[in-house]
Amino acid sequence: MSRKRVVSATINGDLVEFLCEPRQTLLEVLRNVLELTGAKEGCSNGNCGACTVLMNGRPVVSCLVLAMEAEGAEIRTIEGVACGSHLDEVQQAFLQGAALQCGICTPGFIMQTEALLAENPQPSEDEIRFYLAGNLCRCTGYDKIVRAVQSAAAQRQQASHSTQATR
Amino acid sequence: MHAFDYQAPTTLREALELLSKPQQSARPLAGGTDLIDQMRVGRLTPEVVIDIKKIAELNALRVDSGGLHLGAAVPCYRICSERAIIDDYSALVDSCRIIGGVQIQSRASLGGNLCNSGPAGDSIPSLIALQATCLIAGPQGTREVPVESFCTGPGKNVLRTGELLIELRMPRRAPHSGSHYRRMIPRNEMDIAVVGVGASVQLDATGKTIVAARLALGAVAPTPLYAESASQLLAGQPVSDALIAKAAQAAREIVKPISDMRGTAEYRVHVTGVLVQRALQAAIVRARGEACDYRPGH
Ligand SMILES: Cc1cc2nc3c(=O)[nH]c(=O)nc-3n(C[C@H](O)[C@H](O)[C@H](O)COP(=O)(O)OP(=O)(O)OC[C@H]3O[C@@H](n4cnc5c(N)ncnc54)[C@H](O)[C@@H]3O)c2cc1C
Ligand code: FES
Ligand code: FES
Repeated sequence: MSRKRVVSATINGDLVEFLCEPRQTLLEVLRNVLELTGAKEGCSNGNCGACTVLMNGRPVVSCLVLAMEAEGAEIRTIEGVACGSHLDEVQQAFLQGAALQCGICTPGFIMQTEALLAENPQPSEDEIRFYLAGNLCRCTGYDKIVRAVQSAAAQRQQASHSTQATR
Repeated sequence: MHAFDYQAPTTLREALELLSKPQQSARPLAGGTDLIDQMRVGRLTPEVVIDIKKIAELNALRVDSGGLHLGAAVPCYRICSERAIIDDYSALVDSCRIIGGVQIQSRASLGGNLCNSGPAGDSIPSLIALQATCLIAGPQGTREVPVESFCTGPGKNVLRTGELLIELRMPRRAPHSGSHYRRMIPRNEMDIAVVGVGASVQLDATGKTIVAARLALGAVAPTPLYAESASQLLAGQPVSDALIAKAAQAAREIVKPISDMRGTAEYRVHVTGVLVQRALQAAIVRARGEACDYRPGH
């Protein structure tokens, strides 16, 4: 009945084929089959955002996506954000602003921030808080996260204004 | 999760055939934001899950002379970014912007919200206020059902085995009309409505008299309600605070809320009236073509 099937998707730029069962979520497959353990399992019911990845450019909670639905999709995970050992502006801003303590929520927050800044490069504080409302953090109290997002946005603005390529 | 089969048909015919196969329980999957969790906790155990997102009819999103055609599987984020909907069907955008967070809105559809038939489903009062009808296809052909008659109890609706919700249809926006949805939640975002109110109002050309109105209430009865008498007492009357208060009182009289951790029944009755007033005021402002300074969470 629930035959395993091969699914092909582009994950962080690479075409990947994996075998999965219909009952496996995208989060399970990322973590347990593809060993991409950056996306975290906080609640597995869509409420915490720790498993956020980008699917065809949109942020989704991967615990509420069936892996089968990823056929033909383009997936970006936290593993695809840094370029080699060069962290991107969002990762750097989270580190510099101490926007994490235990860090379990961080991959989700960073992916959600990537989606926000792609859509809205200069968000207001209100827009940041609204966009990140689906990501929960037990440690930071959120203020440092909001400031890190503001600082990443400013960094990116600066980089795109300067004529020199920063990477 | 229990073992099941997954199918992703690309045509309506295939989907309907899969849904009506005897001896096999099947369940459509739109955004999965209700269904996948319900399967995870074992509340639903379909033998086959039918992904309906590859079917063209269920992805329709267009406004023509007949009004808005909204495919049942269109996710919230697409609805919020469509100019014609923002301008003419504002209450829908108000709903879609507060269903879950941004990640949920990437996937959640209004077809799923309606078919899940929760008393607090945030799109349902807007759909009722905007006079939406459901286009349903099944083994016996297609039929249309007004949204206010679709839900029959918590988690229950008029769909029969083998039937699929295809599209939600709403008439064209009348001149000098506007709509709004707002809910009360204890948090700023990401919560289930204590009460939700959808309102749509048509004014005369002077903007001073109500020609017609539709009010709908969520989370205050086993199903979302069309507040018919409250809506009708507004028709033909000049806009005034006293009139709006009268509509709020009429709405309070038809609700049958429960008490739970989000609020007592008495509190819900009170909040119903408050939200009816605010939703009507915002719909009237929009009907006059003025900007409404509503921001979700404030
Ligand atoms: C974290 C979180 C927050 C949420 N917040 C809110 C909120 O604020 N407000 C709110 O109202 N809801 C909320 N929800 C619930 C859910 O996101 C919505 O009800 C959503 O609209 C469901 O749509 P879907 O496309 O994901 O439906 P699915 O989960 O795919 O389907 C829901 C049900 O409808 C059936 N179905 C779907 N499409 C059809 C069709 N075309 N024909 C027949 N049957 C169909 C499915 O079989 C299933 O039983 C939240 C959920 C989560 C996980
Ligand atoms: S694990 Fe997916 S939202 Fe919490
Ligand atoms: S840093 Fe611990 S949950 Fe956010």
